[in-house]
Amino acid sequence: MPSPRPSTRPDSVAVDTSWATAGEIAAAVASGKTSALAVVEDALARIGERNPLLNAFTAITAERARARARAIDAAAAKKQTLGALAGVPFAVKNLFDISGLATVAGSKINRGLPPAKRDSVLIERLEAAGAVLVGALNMGEYAYDFTGENVHDGPSRNPHDATRMTGGSSGGSGGAVAGGMVPLALGSDTNGSIRVPSSLCGTFGLKPTYGRLSRARSFPFVASLDHLGPFARSARDLALSYDLMQGADPDDAACADRPAEPTLSQLDRGLDGLRIAVAGGYFQKGAMPEALAALDLVAKAAGARTEAEIPEARRARAAAYVITTTEGAALHLDRLRNRAHDFDPAVRDRLLAGAMIPATLVTKAQMFRRWYRDRVLDLFRSCDAILAPATPCTAPKIGQQTFMLDGVEMPVRPNMGLYTQPISFIGLPVVAVPVPLKPMPIAIQIITAPWREDIALRIAHALEKQGVCAAPRPQIAGG
Amino acid sequence: MATDPLDDFIDAAARAFRLPIEPDWKPAVKANLDVTLKHAALVAEFELPDDAEPAPIYTA
Repeated sequence: MPSPRPSTRPDSVAVDTSWATAGEIAAAVASGKTSALAVVEDALARIGERNPLLNAFTAITAERARARARAIDAAAAKKQTLGALAGVPFAVKNLFDISGLATVAGSKINRGLPPAKRDSVLIERLEAAGAVLVGALNMGEYAYDFTGENVHDGPSRNPHDATRMTGGSSGGSGGAVAGGMVPLALGSDTNGSIRVPSSLCGTFGLKPTYGRLSRARSFPFVASLDHLGPFARSARDLALSYDLMQGADPDDAACADRPAEPTLSQLDRGLDGLRIAVAGGYFQKGAMPEALAALDLVAKAAGARTEAEIPEARRARAAAYVITTTEGAALHLDRLRNRAHDFDPAVRDRLLAGAMIPATLVTKAQMFRRWYRDRVLDLFRSCDAILAPATPCTAPKIGQQTFMLDGVEMPVRPNMGLYTQPISFIGLPVVAVPVPLKPMPIAIQIITAPWREDIALRIAHALEKQGVCAAPRPQIAGG
Repeated sequence: MATDPLDDFIDAAARAFRLPIEPDWKPAVKANLDVTLKHAALVAEFELPDDAEPAPIYTA
């Protein structure tokens, strides 16, 4: 009988990295229970197994990741202090610049761009803490999407049911984290593109305050609405990564010159003393029973006793729609004129319409925006957080064009963001918390006043400890 | 028979703004324009004082 062949992997993996949190992985690497290289090899192997089904990754940076992991292990061997994310594999939506790769932003057109010369600032900040980039993630073209479908790369698929959407536009980010390929991913959120895939895939997602995290060296969509943020399988990992990414950055004109406000240290303070309300009216109209059931579960667990009426939310969503389509059209005007055939038709036709909207109507939307912001900020005088559904329903089938909302047949693509758009419109921070309903999860938004990510994360963590919110582990065939 | 004013607008805007809208694309562009204009009308009909400041450079 032949003797067993030695493992080709450098070390045994002492933690189950297919579902461990980023914090657990970093602790295992720091304590020497495993090595960064073993963790990274494990992640790469799992991506190789699962990505053919889930289509979350569009590029895998294997050699870069191995080199980075070896450097961390060399530092550990010299007894140097390791970062808080030592050896943690992560991936980014493919609109983040990755040195040496073209920043495709889900498009065909950008494949002709020269390779990026430098990583996005958020990649640099995570890697400075020891995290290891393993690849770039699928997304809706130019981030104008709520489905996770992409005509050039194919749809990213939901790990809980591969016939269903991940949600968009950060669909690969949701799929990669929910599918156990990485514990941490970055995405962007202009109108809901972190919160919608978090809801459909069952992950935790943080859309920070507008201006909090630098967008330097990422491909834009709507400058006055674009945010970047993390996806993870625990609130603690959101806080951990968010704290490491905070900080002013002159390379992003919108990034606030404001000191970092750590959230991790606030996480265990619990719900005591917090005044939590449930968004009424618009935010419950049209929601399907599963969204309302999840909202009820979270509201009860959070001790939310009052209802908050966010004024003119329908109009706010309309104004966000107008600003999005016109600012987006302005960004892409030359490409519309010269490369119209190379767009996803669904994106192109919306942008062409946006290019025709008179500036008077856009200015009206911007005037309304300031009025609306002031009214919503008033609400936070009497409450600390507001709960609202993240999506009106669980994940639709891939390719599904319409769904019924409040008895009316509506197109899926623009309407999955019904409840997210009025919030990002004024830049409020939101943590999307997954409620593990069967057969498909759905998320609730925890909305707070600007710069109070600490409160939203603290509530998310308390709900997770109660067992009401959790990232459900999928059964994935072949992986 | 009179043409739909939105069709006329699309044709004129496409020429004026040099937007290459092919005949096959026009129904979808028109549908999107119609939705966007309805959203814009909902916003524009909301009464704001003359001194309401727009927020083109947004601060949270």
